[in-house]
Amino acid sequence: MSGVGQIVDRHLGERGELITILEEIQAKYSYLPEEALRVVSERTGRSLTDIYGVATFYKWFSLKPRGRHLLTCCLGTACHVRGAPRIADELSRQLGVRAGETTPDGEFTLETQNCLGGCALGPIVVADGHYFSNVATSAIPRILERTKEGLDRVDARTDERVFPVEVSCARCNHSLMDPGSQLEGQPAIRVTISFGQHHGWLLLSSLYGSYTIEAQHEIPFDEVANFFCPHCHAELRGASDCAMCGAPMVPMIVRGGGVVQICARRGCRAHMLDLNGSVS
Amino acid sequence: MINLTLNGLPVEVEPGTTLLEAATFLGFPIPTLCHMEGLSPYGACRLCVVEIGEGPRAKLVSSCTYRAEQGLKVRTSSARVVRARRMVIELLLASCPQSKTIQDLASAHGVRQQRFRQEHEDCIMCGRCVRMCEEQMMAKAIGFQGRGEHRRIGTPFDKRSEVCRLCGGCISVCPACQLRCTYSDPDKVICGGCANLAPPCLEKPGFDDLMCYMKPCVACEISK
Repeated sequence: MSGVGQIVDRHLGERGELITILEEIQAKYSYLPEEALRVVSERTGRSLTDIYGVATFYKWFSLKPRGRHLLTCCLGTACHVRGAPRIADELSRQLGVRAGETTPDGEFTLETQNCLGGCALGPIVVADGHYFSNVATSAIPRILERTKEGLDRVDARTDERVFPVEVSCARCNHSLMDPGSQLEGQPAIRVTISFGQHHGWLLLSSLYGSYTIEAQHEIPFDEVANFFCPHCHAELRGASDCAMCGAPMVPMIVRGGGVVQICARRGCRAHMLDLNGSVS
Repeated sequence: MINLTLNGLPVEVEPGTTLLEAATFLGFPIPTLCHMEGLSPYGACRLCVVEIGEGPRAKLVSSCTYRAEQGLKVRTSSARVVRARRMVIELLLASCPQSKTIQDLASAHGVRQQRFRQEHEDCIMCGRCVRMCEEQMMAKAIGFQGRGEHRRIGTPFDKRSEVCRLCGGCISVCPACQLRCTYSDPDKVICGGCANLAPPCLEKPGFDDLMCYMKPCVACEISK
């Protein structure tokens, strides 16, 4: 539970720290373990009763371990009149669990919520953060199948949210693109990184919005790496820190103008594209 | 000093006085349930509603949480207030009919029936016990959990809390569960069964710091 202590220390003193802390703990462990809440109580000086009250107030927080994939079926008014209860029943029949439960193989957790805010698109099912709209019972097997395959895998050919960017070093302006290494059908971005005792190359997918990487050394989850330009060996380090986790942001110049920044923490998905910006 | 009109009577109160305190001090009784001297105002039961303002802009507010304002016109028992109070009592009766406190309130306000689906809750969410535990007992062992209709009072993870001293303060202030805890007040006794137990923890170490409110100490008896 040392990770919990780190999470707490990172946010201590912030406004509304408790919810941020609980969210991060849940992101790490998939639920809020009792020991973690005790650590939070100890370090923040809040009573366990208050923390437990917050943890049970919000439906997003879970006190039971969740499965690998989270399916949330909206039962809000708009979804309800469009047949959401049938969708929820069908999901629970096909998964063999009731709402709020996890399948025995640990794959799926089924939950219901009272409104997910997409009322015009109902009935809505959210799988691992991906919204499926106008869901019919006949679409459920496909949703389950796709969720199992992994919805975060981006299909570069069909997904319009992804587009390739060409970047160069903010210091020497040498292109960081490596035509010799392909990731997802595009030339990859090659940088050098170091963390702990390791030092080696890292390939990043050049598709904006994709998180595919290849690295010489396996980077542990949550590790913050230092990024270097492979040409001028300058450290790629921006003035700002990641808004989500506080790690340094890594800036790279986009060809055609602008700056793209990615978070240096493994597993953190913060990134930022500013087509008018420059490296400060 | 703040000048306001209470039931047509011009009165003067200290700044920061709540309407409930002002009215009680000046002899206009306002029924209360979640309010308790020594605990912070909470405004949960809505029994202490009073009408403020005039004409079409008059509105109902809970007097235990509303501070006196300069020139405020307050009516503590207008027809609208009385109707609202009766409705509150009727709803309380619908959820918690066994409570002696609520039965007494119903009788005092002429509520003879309740028209809602009868439930038999053991809690009306007045928060007295939670505030007692936190503010007077400095323990914070119990608190509200969940939300909406799943809201309830309990200890974290429904386990025996390490900070609970079994003082019984929560039970002694509860207006809903008096079957268990009013034996020392003969007028309110319903069953009196608990009166036959003798307090067993006087000889126990640490009794002086316990601040025990339980008479007799049923919890000590159970945990033995």
